[in-house]
Amino acid sequence: MRSLFDRLFGRSDKSTKDVAKNRLRFVLMHDRADISAPMMDQIRQEILAVLSKYVDIDEQALDVSVERVDGGVVLAASIPILRVNAK
Amino acid sequence: MADSNSRVIVITSGKGGVGKTTTTANIGVALSHHLGEKVALIDADIGLRNLDLALGLENRIVYDIVDVVEGRAKLRQALIKSKSNQNLALLPAAQTRDKSAVSPSQMIQIIQELQEEGYTYILIDCPAGIEQGFRNATAGATEAIVVTNPEMSSVRDADRIIGLLEAQELHSPYLIVNRLRPKMVKQQEMLAVEDVQDVLGSNVRLLGVIPEDEVIITSTNRGEPAALLEGNLAGQAYRNIARRLKGETVPFLNLDEKTGFFDRIKSIFGGKR
Repeated sequence: MRSLFDRLFGRSDKSTKDVAKNRLRFVLMHDRADISAPMMDQIRQEILAVLSKYVDIDEQALDVSVERVDGGVVLAASIPILRVNAK
Repeated sequence: MADSNSRVIVITSGKGGVGKTTTTANIGVALSHHLGEKVALIDADIGLRNLDLALGLENRIVYDIVDVVEGRAKLRQALIKSKSNQNLALLPAAQTRDKSAVSPSQMIQIIQELQEEGYTYILIDCPAGIEQGFRNATAGATEAIVVTNPEMSSVRDADRIIGLLEAQELHSPYLIVNRLRPKMVKQQEMLAVEDVQDVLGSNVRLLGVIPEDEVIITSTNRGEPAALLEGNLAGQAYRNIARRLKGETVPFLNLDEKTGFFDRIKSIFGGKR
């Protein structure tokens, strides 16, 4: 429990409830993303489909993943471009 | 399902020890004893039978669910009627077998027979875990209640179970938050019901909140679910849940306890509460 002193002077260690909620939020996003490998694959395919309209992509090296960054979850895609389709 | 007048509800959680069996027993007695429904409770936790104890029926078991499935007993012979209420019956789990002794299709068969016998509510106490026991318990259900504690690993497992229920076409499950400690919530040291709902998402429907209550232990000691006893919050919360299940709008209990003067003094000086 934070004391009044801490609260008055803004020396805020977060309440354990907030810590728990944040950790849960993250772990659930991760769990959820991890469960659906087929969905991940679909995301990958659709990213490919959209970008292929504009650029040539190295499909073998395409990498889509869910990562933990600064306490949040980031869907990170590394998409090596071979060549921009000149119009 | 054979009879649309009856509801088949699985009570599940993923994690063990969060109060599935207690919840099943209490909703069962509240529906039958207080609301006049004809209720069958199925203990689907084969190998780890416990619902009989919660109901005080452990000495009356002759046949169990595996006996029925394997043809040694008729369903009617295996069902144990509650002493105090003829509208409540238990189909006990086998204690000496494992989850593979019953298949999902056999479970569906049993449920259909119960519906033909006129049971209006069939509640299935699901084992912990996500393996065959879970698949059996959910096979014949058309609705689901997810029980969780306001605590990280329990909420995480609940989330996983909600995903698996979804895959079984059991959408928008009910949620019961069990073992809430209002004092800790007030001190911001325990997830509040809203926090649990927040992280689990809007697709769960809050059915009730049960405060941590010693009466759950003493009533289980006696084999009389707390919902049968007047004058305790947990029992009241379970009776309210049963009424909400039936579609009544019942306000949620106010679980806020006043923080004592001494606690506040200690808090001001930074002491632990």
